[in-house]
Amino acid sequence: MIKILSGLHAPDSGGVIEIEGQPVSFSTTRDASRAGIATVYQELLLFPELTITENIFLGHSPRRRWGGIDWAEARSRARRLLDSLDCYALDTDTKVSTLSVAQRQRVEIAKALSHDARVLIMDEPTASLPQADVDQLMDVVKKLRAQGVAIIYVSHRMSEIFELADRVTVLRDGALIGTHAIDEVDEAKLVSMMVGRAIEQLFPKVEPNIGEVVFEAEGLNCGPLVKNVSFSLRRGEILGVAGLIGSGRTELALALFGITPATSGTIRVKGKQEVIRSPRSARDLGIAYVPEDRGLQGLVKPLPISQNISMASLDRMTTFSIIPFAEEARRALAAVKRLGVRSRGDVHQAVGELSGGNQQKVVVAKWLETQPEILILDEPTRGVDVGAKAEIHAVMGELAQKGLAIIMISSELPEVLGMSDRIMVINNGSVVETIDRADATPESVGMAMTAEQKKMDAA
Amino acid sequence: MMVAEDNGSFGRRSATSRAGFFKKLYTEYGQEIVILGAIIVLLIVVGSYNPRFLSVRNLNTIFAGNAYIAVAAIGMSMVIITGHIDVSVGALIGVLATISGTIAVSGYPVWLAWLAPVVIGAAINMVVGILVAYARIPSIVVTLGMMSILRGGLISVTGGDWISGLPKSFMISQLKPFGVPAPIYFMVALTLLAAFWMRYSAFGRSLYAMGGNAEAARATGIPIERRTMIVFMIHGAFAGLATILFATQLQIIQSTVPPNLELTVITAAVIGGVSILGGTGTVIGSTFAAILFATIGSALIFTNVSAYWLRAVIGTLILVTVLVDVMRRRNKR
Repeated sequence: MIKILSGLHAPDSGGVIEIEGQPVSFSTTRDASRAGIATVYQELLLFPELTITENIFLGHSPRRRWGGIDWAEARSRARRLLDSLDCYALDTDTKVSTLSVAQRQRVEIAKALSHDARVLIMDEPTASLPQADVDQLMDVVKKLRAQGVAIIYVSHRMSEIFELADRVTVLRDGALIGTHAIDEVDEAKLVSMMVGRAIEQLFPKVEPNIGEVVFEAEGLNCGPLVKNVSFSLRRGEILGVAGLIGSGRTELALALFGITPATSGTIRVKGKQEVIRSPRSARDLGIAYVPEDRGLQGLVKPLPISQNISMASLDRMTTFSIIPFAEEARRALAAVKRLGVRSRGDVHQAVGELSGGNQQKVVVAKWLETQPEILILDEPTRGVDVGAKAEIHAVMGELAQKGLAIIMISSELPEVLGMSDRIMVINNGSVVETIDRADATPESVGMAMTAEQKKMDAA
Repeated sequence: MMVAEDNGSFGRRSATSRAGFFKKLYTEYGQEIVILGAIIVLLIVVGSYNPRFLSVRNLNTIFAGNAYIAVAAIGMSMVIITGHIDVSVGALIGVLATISGTIAVSGYPVWLAWLAPVVIGAAINMVVGILVAYARIPSIVVTLGMMSILRGGLISVTGGDWISGLPKSFMISQLKPFGVPAPIYFMVALTLLAAFWMRYSAFGRSLYAMGGNAEAARATGIPIERRTMIVFMIHGAFAGLATILFATQLQIIQSTVPPNLELTVITAAVIGGVSILGGTGTVIGSTFAAILFATIGSALIFTNVSAYWLRAVIGTLILVTVLVDVMRRRNKR
């Protein structure tokens, strides 16, 4: 959405963007900035080895008559821009690499404003800022608003929205849910708009068949995003892990699976204390991990379906390292049938040619071949069409019934609420709450996910 | 359903699936077939222009004289399939040849002179492999450094002197069992062995997986660091075998190797269908490509075209092959 407005992507069809009553269309970011739209992205796009001035005026520096860059003019304009953002102390010749995140963001805003922006789009500007800097940023945003700049402020933090916004628009799955003046809504209303409903219809939950504890983690630590995490998992249970992007959900999975091994804490598998150092050792303990990004970590796309499916269990099939090809193809075919992978005929098709949903099923098949007892699914239905999604959910239910313990990480609240027996909410690397299925509502989980750092520290 | 049955059991194939078999053969070995075709066409065309081109003597020269390139290209193919590169192999062969020759003329048993280059080649490339796999330095950087070390070291130590007076028993390349030069046996046997191993062993498979997507291979539990180191060692051992074939051709060992030897070896791998981006290709293709170069080189001589054109022709082949590879990959995405 933001990328269309700022001209990075063109809209697929229809739709008219109007600025001050004039319809405009952008095919490039340059068109958009000419029309007065400037964007500050979530991840900052500055060149660390260039100075502040160079960054601000990159591509549109003031010129001298013969075409050279007018550095004196550029510096003084950069100075004025920074001053207007309350950054009196920043030297315009400082290299960006020496600045703090908050300062860089200020430079990014100055860069946006240097285009005489009339519309400023800010995408999750506070996602990577500490609280003190957030307050300062709020002041800057208010100041800009007072100067007559229209601001589109994208955020999931409720308090910021209520502090800044005049009107609020909720989008979900690419569709407009509603726009309201800020005093018409409260926090609970917003959360329910964001989450949506009809969960029961979408996820026909099979009655779980929960057995004994198979996996326990105690006080796990790994980097800044896994902090003192403890939980347990039972046979036949689906444990949903909810949390915002960047909350440490995936990092937890990577630690559990040994891709980035935990630095401290204990793990018990079936009551026995174990150390997970590598994906191989995790696999040998009966743990499987279907990664978040199947293209990056799940599949070798040029290789055929059969070879991708056998990859994690190949060493168990071989004798003297020799691959039994017939056996490999037979198993792959059985897996493909069981999961309903649709290919162009056989298991020798390259995985890269399959659709997203079918690729995902291949990754799941690969890990089921290892006969796991604990299955970690990271965003199992991301980028998967609705039909395949339902099929993957059905497979999950089936596996759980057969006694597999499943950890399901998902950004989709309906999916978490619909599939899980328990929901563990992660915020900023720590488990903030574990909610039973019966008590879980979109509001309760949503609140825990978006809880502010301050509240967490107080609690 | 056909698939599960006919995989691995070529004998039971019905007539209806024969067309499917050739199609599968072509999709899997397209590049190899094209190169083999090119060699045959070249032999026929140039042979009809100048029949001496097809004389046993000339064919022996073409194949035996270049077998060492094919053997070196086997190891190189494995490295490239895994997603790496080695530009130091030419310098390595030069160093190993000098070591081997020195051992041979110093009165040590001849088997030691043959064994040493294989072991030392593996050892030197183990260092390369460790730097690439564990220190995560890009292989192009590590091997560029290694190339300079080996070249500089070789010239400094030998002072550019040639080794002569090699014992007769050392000259394995000059043997002709059943009238066929020994290097050809080596080339064929090593290619088949490596091809079988790459296709049918779990280790070989994991190299394709690592080259296709190293992150996915790691997340799947393949110990990619150790395998990377080992593949470099195997490549070093193949460089050692290539050295034996190269060093025992003539009565002397020069302290230089043919210029751009490493490029010739890399090119053989790439033209043989090994994607420079990693993840695909076979060692059969690289051996065919090495033979193709030798044939082209000889053909130029027999048709009275300046041999300098060889480089231009090979250069054109590289660009065309890589272009086709990149386009094929784009279609698959």
